[in-house]
Amino acid sequence: MAEPILQVRGLVKHYPLTQGILFRKQVGAVKAVDGVDLELGRGETLGVVGESGCGKSTLARLLVSLERPTEGSILFKGEDVTRLSGRALKAVRRNIQMVFQDPYTSLNPRMTVGDIIGEPFDIHPEVAPKGDRRRKVQELLDVVGLNPEYVNRYPHQFSGGQRQRIGIARGLALRPEVIVADEPVSALDVSVQAQVINLLDRLQGEFGLSYVFIAHDLSIVRHISDRVGVMYLGRIVEIGSDEEIYDHPTHPYTQALLSAVPVPDPEARRHRERIILTGDVPSPANPPSGCRFRTRCWKARERCALEVPLLAVPAAFRYAEGPAAHDSACHFAEEKQVVPPEGGTGPGAPPAKGDPGPGEPPAEGGGATRLT
Amino acid sequence: MLLDVRDLRVEFRTRDGVAHAVNGVNLSVDAGETLAVLGESGSGKSVTAQAVMGILDSPPGRVTGGEILFKGRDLLGLKEEERRRIRGAEMAMIFQDALSSLNPVLTVGAQLAEMFTVHRGMSRKDARARAVELMDRVRIPAARERVDDYPHQFSGGMRQRIMIAMAMALEPSLIIADEPTTALDVTVQAQVMDLLAELQRELDMGLVLITHDLGVVADVADRIAVMYAGRIVESAPVHDLYKAPAHPYTRGLLASIPRLDQKGRELYAIKGLPPSLTDIPPGCPFNPRCPMVRDTPCRTEVPPLFEVAADRGSACFFWEECLHG
Repeated sequence: MAEPILQVRGLVKHYPLTQGILFRKQVGAVKAVDGVDLELGRGETLGVVGESGCGKSTLARLLVSLERPTEGSILFKGEDVTRLSGRALKAVRRNIQMVFQDPYTSLNPRMTVGDIIGEPFDIHPEVAPKGDRRRKVQELLDVVGLNPEYVNRYPHQFSGGQRQRIGIARGLALRPEVIVADEPVSALDVSVQAQVINLLDRLQGEFGLSYVFIAHDLSIVRHISDRVGVMYLGRIVEIGSDEEIYDHPTHPYTQALLSAVPVPDPEARRHRERIILTGDVPSPANPPSGCRFRTRCWKARERCALEVPLLAVPAAFRYAEGPAAHDSACHFAEEKQVVPPEGGTGPGAPPAKGDPGPGEPPAEGGGATRLT
Repeated sequence: MLLDVRDLRVEFRTRDGVAHAVNGVNLSVDAGETLAVLGESGSGKSVTAQAVMGILDSPPGRVTGGEILFKGRDLLGLKEEERRRIRGAEMAMIFQDALSSLNPVLTVGAQLAEMFTVHRGMSRKDARARAVELMDRVRIPAARERVDDYPHQFSGGMRQRIMIAMAMALEPSLIIADEPTTALDVTVQAQVMDLLAELQRELDMGLVLITHDLGVVADVADRIAVMYAGRIVESAPVHDLYKAPAHPYTRGLLASIPRLDQKGRELYAIKGLPPSLTDIPPGCPFNPRCPMVRDTPCRTEVPPLFEVAADRGSACFFWEECLHG
């Protein structure tokens, strides 16, 4: 990996749950992010995937300092952002910008596009002197593929894809080094999604940006990311290069997630094994002890309830070389190919599909694997 | 043929003029068959479904032409009272957003039981017993204890199961599911689609699946109809369509989605935007975005649905070129 530009250590964000009107007392906490470590290399794209409620959006907000963490640190070029305040914090924030999910609600309907994209310059006037702003805004519009003449129009005059381009232009205005994009294309139609993804790709090369790309769509994340982290209930359960995660996943949650993604190829129906998880994600206010995934895991044993699995290369692969040896927070990590290679079952595919693995007792409350 | 929609036309009167949402749609579904209607927002796929169900908001919406033959009877000729008897009992709909389609102030048990008291004239006690049975059947854990819970007490996946239970309650012969899993997470989506397919097989129902997700379609559909600007632009058995699309729009869509099993370079992007329904371009509605466009006939004539093969059609003048090139 390249030299890290962003290092996150032991990041925790708990939202207190309170009771009582006059004397509020804390009765618990929603553990939205509960111990996340990750690194972002310069010029790299880190994808973060997970289902709703896993804390990926809270992570995004913490990274851009929209929220203060309960614990942990975020180092930007070695400086801990969470300890900064005032002028020093403002200076760092300039370098970490965000692109939001919903282009319909993240743009102020009463401001013109020029004002929206130019607003960052009001906060950081050192980037663009007053007389120069209009030109800068028009440049930005051009960069994201919009007509520079549109500077006086309002957001409602644009389509969803165009609005997302405006959001991206605003994110770029201060020439940040890191962009955190939280589901930037999930509100867009398929044919427009590709346009925005290609734009983000191009901008990364042009401006030397590092991306944290948060999404629930695993195919898009693979397309754009160099490395991918999988989140479940406030923790990263597996992280590695795109090939390591997609072709050699070792965490059962990653395997289930990947196997559940509909593949746009009807031929895949026959030779695809699906791991159908039972039940729902537990509440982040009251996560299970030990491994958080154990309540839905088909491999769960006693040890899983007692011991929290650490995010590290699992013991089984510690001395092995190859793509299976990457960080995975599971006591019983095993490699399993769940994404069929294009055009049929590859040579590496195990012949006996449908078994929950050799010698694995079906745990109570666990999931089920079966052939589809 | 269970359902046979012929030349359906629907328009909406809006402040900006008349929006032509559906412009001559032909669809048919057999018992036991799954037809996917694929389209982006504004393609008219949901409006088609609403017209078939007879739940179009009118005004402003209005069916201006065509026939909807259900078991040989034209639904458009029926009185509202007769249509209501068919709705729920013989054809049912599953909506995308279960939370807003269920009544928040009634327990799920009461809402399920209502199907039986209204349509079947059952006593409350019997209806309640059937409600529990249904919840069991869609695999809601501890159905007996949860029958008196309210919709907000269930998770998204469980609520969608309740929607499915409600649609299945009277064992209809046709189900229309409008983006049934779009609001759900992938792992839950797989559970719900599985359940739907299983019940369909069991009851030998016709299923119309309305979606924008090419992955979901590939997983479950037998046939697929691709909609664009209120028209069907391609209709084909699902394997044929994915192997060799016969319309440039379908081809563009398939090329523009990133794949899970491969890491591509630049994605193919269809240029431009879908047209506004109040201002559909003359000729082929896809012509401003089409890479194969020619001035004539594409910009002057509306292409009919050409027969590409048996059970396969494409509304492109140059379908042969598209299919082979």
